Amino acid sequence: MTAVSTQSSTTNKVLGYPLNVWYVAAWDKEVTRKPMSRKIAGRQLALYRTEDGKAVALADACWHRLAPLSMGKTLEKDQIQCPYHGIVYNSAGRCVSMPAQETINPSATVPSFPVVERHRYVWVWLGDPTKADPQLVPDMHQLDSNEWAGDGETIYAPCNYQLVLDNLMDLTHEEFIHASSIGQDELSESDFVVTHDDDTVTVARWMFNIDAPPFWRKNMRDKFPGFEGKVDRWQIITFRSPSVINIDVGVAKAGTGAFEGDRSQGVNGFVMNAITPENDKSCHYFWAFMRNYRLDSQLITTQLREGVHGVFGEDEAMLTAQQAAIDANPDYEFYSLNIDAGGMWVRRLIERQLESEGRLVPVA
Amino acid sequence: MAATNIEVWQLGTVVEIRNVATDIQRIVIEPSLPRKAEPGSHIDVRVCIDGHEGKRSYSVVEASEDGARLVISVLKAPLSRGGSAFMHALQAGDLLDITQPLQNFPLRVGAERYILLAGGIGITAMINMAKVLKNLRANYSFVYAGRNRAAMAYLEELQEVHGENLVVHVDDEGTSLDVNRLVASATEDTELYMCGPIRLMDAVRRTWTERELSYPNLRYETFGNSGWYDAEEFIVKVPSLGLEVPVNQGRSMLEALEDAGADLMFDCRKGECGLCEVKILRLEGAIDHRDVFYSARQKNAAEKMACCVSRAVTSGTGLMAEASASGPAVVTIEVS
Repeated sequence: MTAVSTQSSTTNKVLGYPLNVWYVAAWDKEVTRKPMSRKIAGRQLALYRTEDGKAVALADACWHRLAPLSMGKTLEKDQIQCPYHGIVYNSAGRCVSMPAQETINPSATVPSFPVVERHRYVWVWLGDPTKADPQLVPDMHQLDSNEWAGDGETIYAPCNYQLVLDNLMDLTHEEFIHASSIGQDELSESDFVVTHDDDTVTVARWMFNIDAPPFWRKNMRDKFPGFEGKVDRWQIITFRSPSVINIDVGVAKAGTGAFEGDRSQGVNGFVMNAITPENDKSCHYFWAFMRNYRLDSQLITTQLREGVHGVFGEDEAMLTAQQAAIDANPDYEFYSLNIDAGGMWVRRLIERQLESEGRLVPVA
Repeated sequence: MAATNIEVWQLGTVVEIRNVATDIQRIVIEPSLPRKAEPGSHIDVRVCIDGHEGKRSYSVVEASEDGARLVISVLKAPLSRGGSAFMHALQAGDLLDITQPLQNFPLRVGAERYILLAGGIGITAMINMAKVLKNLRANYSFVYAGRNRAAMAYLEELQEVHGENLVVHVDDEGTSLDVNRLVASATEDTELYMCGPIRLMDAVRRTWTERELSYPNLRYETFGNSGWYDAEEFIVKVPSLGLEVPVNQGRSMLEALEDAGADLMFDCRKGECGLCEVKILRLEGAIDHRDVFYSARQKNAAEKMACCVSRAVTSGTGLMAEASASGPAVVTIEVS
């Protein structure tokens, strides 16, 4: 991996990705006995499950002639067979069977990568395996908690993952991109507070005594049938290094104490986002919308998933166009605004991580 | 790991040399293109032997985090093919052609239990692995066997670092390693990593197989330079090519045949891939199979040999005096 030089956050339009981190590789339901292929952080992986149901990530290239193992099939226990000449590997990537010889070449291995399954996702670690501590998996507990219900999807976004992080850290854009659903004037008119520590950044914005935009009016009526009137609205965006953003969103009947902590007169959702770099110019954007009311309604789960799908489709179009414009204008710089504070802190945390891995060389 | 095994040649500067045991030198090298050295990795070094260029592999004993400083250790073997003599003549300030660290012996993180087994100079491959396992607080036992303490490099340091996890066997002290007992201590989910003389590794392999332990859990690397018997000069005949070539102690059969103009296929040159296989038509003496390609059955049959590493010797016991033939061993082969 080559180091890139930088001057400051503002001059890096797009960022490289750290490797000593857990990335979401797939939804749990996607990984089955039938192998699948997915590129994560520049590395093509073969993902499959053992007979015991354990998720496995191997380099998707047979040791022999690099044929994709994902095109092969799983055999007994934890084994996978290369589709080309039948070489068989176990889940540690060790060859267990070799054609036309009575021994096994001791060098015959394919890289295997640490995997943890948590919060409905399969997480993979592509960096130094001796540092792959499962406790470093970011908290996304709303995804599999009994107190929350919901579902999500994956967007394949043809842009650098940092552009998605920028997008989620500043929701001012909702007013313009999502005018028909969650956008409203108050978003860019209201104040926000940015805080951070060594691996989290939080942007909190409250809007009091406003009209609920269509998406939130519908949600309020799901919980409070026939609801009319003003609401207090919040967005509390939390980034966790290197690429998870959980957004606490909701509205409550105006003046009922949501800001002070009583959200009983409102509806609350969590937008769970894990953005996994595929390579420098593309990413897998895993998202889900979780709610803590009407938990048993599959109808609402579906409606919310489809609603957010529509909203995120608008982001996807912009992110695609933004990456294209960046590529088309290599000599143009970014300029940053006050509203970028959250995204800029995210960039700084990621740059520090890259530096610690020796893959970003600061220019003196 | 093929994907990470691209040979990038570079210059290495020898910055420090000292003796760490009888006939073992510790050589510190600063590579011009540093790259992190994973546990189990080695570097290839270009050596010069009697005017011939050769390549030797040495395990990275320790390395700085960024790979800017690599340490190897080399045993001066009296009957070596000449690489160790070249390495032992090095002095601080010398430049060497070396590769970036190459990986054929990766340590898998996450096994339930580990046994690391080092025989003699084989310790060089295990030190880095042991350090990582200790840092990971893994369940590991580090077994180090040698002839006598003076010949066992890094012994004291290792005792300090690994404490009770280090088990030492010394032939001269009557505490030789019992392979049966060692392998009996392995369980279904134990991974055993080993590096050492071929006899030791072969005994472990045999016992491991007899006990029906998972074969992929037995991890080893072969550099193809250690045989059952000391290297002797022998003669190789290739009737189809009209060749009769002496193979001296310092050359492999493949090299000698190449020198004589034979066009042979080969790849790994360390007895793993089997591409350099030749058919044995006639044999005066015995074959010292030094490869890991053939099974025990095939080695006993002595119908074929891996000419990159295996040799002919005058007798199957390795003792010249017991040889039935009076002259050097002669192996007559067919090449395809």
